[in-house]
Amino acid sequence: MYRQTGYKLIFPALLLAFVFWSCSHTASNTGWNQSDSVLEEGVVVHKNGDLTEMAVEAPPFTEGIYPCNDCHTDIEPNPNRRELVDFHDDISAIFDHDSENRWCLDCHDMNNRDSLRLASGKLLSFEESYKLCGQCHGEKLRDWKVGVHGKRTGYWNGKKEYLLCVHCHNPHSPRFKALMPEPPPVRQEDIHIYEPKTEEDGKE
Amino acid sequence: MEKNKSRRSFLKNISLASASALALSGCTLKELEKFFQKNFRTLSEEEKKELIAELEAEYKEKYQKDFHVSDKAAIDGTLFGYALDVSRCIGCRRCVYACVEENNQSREPQIHWIQVLQMDKERGIDFAHSDVHYDPETVPEEGHFYLPVQCQQCRTPQCTTVCPVKATWQEPDGIVVVDYNWCIGCRYCMAACPYGARHFNWAKPEIPEEEINTETHYLGNRPRMKGVVEKCTFCIQRVRAGKYPSCVEICPVGARKFGNLLDPDSEIRYILDNKRVLVLKEELNTQPKFYYFFGV
Repeated sequence: MYRQTGYKLIFPALLLAFVFWSCSHTASNTGWNQSDSVLEEGVVVHKNGDLTEMAVEAPPFTEGIYPCNDCHTDIEPNPNRRELVDFHDDISAIFDHDSENRWCLDCHDMNNRDSLRLASGKLLSFEESYKLCGQCHGEKLRDWKVGVHGKRTGYWNGKKEYLLCVHCHNPHSPRFKALMPEPPPVRQEDIHIYEPKTEEDGKE
Repeated sequence: MEKNKSRRSFLKNISLASASALALSGCTLKELEKFFQKNFRTLSEEEKKELIAELEAEYKEKYQKDFHVSDKAAIDGTLFGYALDVSRCIGCRRCVYACVEENNQSREPQIHWIQVLQMDKERGIDFAHSDVHYDPETVPEEGHFYLPVQCQQCRTPQCTTVCPVKATWQEPDGIVVVDYNWCIGCRYCMAACPYGARHFNWAKPEIPEEEINTETHYLGNRPRMKGVVEKCTFCIQRVRAGKYPSCVEICPVGARKFGNLLDPDSEIRYILDNKRVLVLKEELNTQPKFYYFFGV
């Protein structure tokens, strides 16, 4: 029994060491600087049990809003579903995430506002919010874990960086927002406008 | 006898004439050497090293920056594949310009390796009615979907078979590349490509000095010259160093996926195993390694 536990501990440690080694190995091999990484301080690294290392950027909080308990410790929790008017009314205004059936305390924990809460009652840190999303969007979570839904950056044969669901989808209004497109290509009929800028260009 | 004499004098005259023409044209020895450079695939390691050192010096002189020109060969056991989620792409063209910057495409005259085609949902994939010049305030537009097209990295590429000088070929990792020093600019490959994925430098490519990418590969994004054909290489300078292509990293909706087709645990294999995929112009038997899929 004791022996078994030992093995259990050694294996993940070896695994981590291997992942670390292969990453640093790839980086040094390639000439690309590891500091190219988009991950910054405050980064959370999760392991999903497989060989994949899951590095996630810190959750995108509105500035000055976290920790929530700074305000909420002095406020008596009110479990009744209602329209918020005094504070967080900006979120009420945009809330569009099955708003007919859900409201704040379906995801935020009533007693500890610095935590999210699964349907099971289990508390969850904001860094693990993807698990909360996955309660309903299980198929998306599965695709995200293998890198098919959402964006992966980094190394195709090494360390990958993930974004959380909430980096692209506002959890209170998750539909992906329209973007301004980059300019269209020059039309073929306009190409004759091109004139070499220097004499040398013209000659070549 | 008379006949022989005239032939001899003809040969003598022609060799004298060409020698003097060469001397008069002001060709430096270096340029001559370049003219007689061998095909990249037949160069020895030593010759490659020399060639690259020369190129780096040439680019430094031209752009006042230190260049790194890699000749890194394919990684063993890799066959690159690409998948693009048609159900996610919103047509924002971020990929087009990320590609231009990464791969040193000419800004003037403009060259884009990626064309984002706007399609009518009613018509489905219909190239004849697609629009590459769409320009609304915001995308996606209602009733439309978007289909970015770039080099499909065919397993049986037509572009390489028609090249009369073998200046373009498929590498062991599946990337179709061009040796710009060897290309004669006949544009047969452009005519052969059913995807419009090859582009010609009709004029001297112009790139602002401050925007030039100095991390390059000989077969990829090194600065090109007038009169050669170029195309998407899956960002050969990045992917052979383990990185994702530039268009994958920029895509704001995560529609672009890349990986090793020979690795059963790669995301590209997951897509092929679990999603509905299609390739463009399947009937031509080009067998692209660029797949389109439906993530939802």
